[in-house]
Amino acid sequence: MGISKLEGRYDRNFDTLSHEEQKTLGASTVVVLGLGGLGGGVCEMLARVGVGHLTMIDGDSFEASNLNRQLLSQEHLIGKSKAGTAKKRVNAINSEVIADAQKEYMDDSNLYDGIKNADVVMDCLDSIDTRFKLQDAANKAGIPIVSGAIAGVAGQVTTIFPNDKGYALIYGEKSRSQSKGVETRTGNIAYCALFVSALQSSECIKILLGRGDILRNKLLIAELWTNTFEVVELI
Amino acid sequence: MIQIDLKLFVTLSKYSPKNSECLKIPEETTVEKLIADLGIPSDLVKLIFINGKMQDLNYLLKHNDRVGLFPPVGGG
Repeated sequence: MGISKLEGRYDRNFDTLSHEEQKTLGASTVVVLGLGGLGGGVCEMLARVGVGHLTMIDGDSFEASNLNRQLLSQEHLIGKSKAGTAKKRVNAINSEVIADAQKEYMDDSNLYDGIKNADVVMDCLDSIDTRFKLQDAANKAGIPIVSGAIAGVAGQVTTIFPNDKGYALIYGEKSRSQSKGVETRTGNIAYCALFVSALQSSECIKILLGRGDILRNKLLIAELWTNTFEVVELI
Repeated sequence: MIQIDLKLFVTLSKYSPKNSECLKIPEETTVEKLIADLGIPSDLVKLIFINGKMQDLNYLLKHNDRVGLFPPVGGG
């Protein structure tokens, strides 16, 4: 049997990816935390590129205010679970991906169990508090995090390995950081959400394949009004 | 006087002075002093990056520094 049961599915991945790399992705597990503007884009891209097992977690359901940017949202899905919708979407794109959905909010009580089997965790959360809790759980589990955050048409991406300083470098010490950023005032625009989710997906694939440059201890900052794209050294 | 290239992002952009890309400031100015002089509430600034490297409020600005200030961003 070939790499996919559906002949041709991954043809256009080659030779950017090798056949061996495609198999590696197929044997990989990624947990996506948060299925809003970032998470919806991440699930779409990782399913298409061929990550073999996606666990998608969010306790929320769709609202009308999600429609401006969240790829998974549709008018007829208002009130429906984001996690359940993500699973259906991934199944529809790539039925060879094992798609697990968990409709629950993450906190100290369930984060570790939620992520412990992952090769990479995608932080697509909208709470700075929960991001710090995720880092604690990922440290314990020994799993790298790819983190994205957005506000308006600005965004940032970083990759955090176990025992890195991570979020403290970006948000300050946990006890002094705010729960939300300026996105509460700016909202979030669709193309910025999808742009940042694409960068996160790229980081994830590089980690899984051990290839390319990783944003470890670095923060990619983008601002689209001014076409500013900069990788800042955090230490 | 020295000259810096200053960029203020997202909610900070409304504090941008004229000619911020070639802003003249006194020598011996720290980032903290710059933020105060621009009238930016200090708790609005989360990331300070200068010439592509993260710095803190005590950084002493130098001629031709590229300075970027970002507010906290946490949306998903």
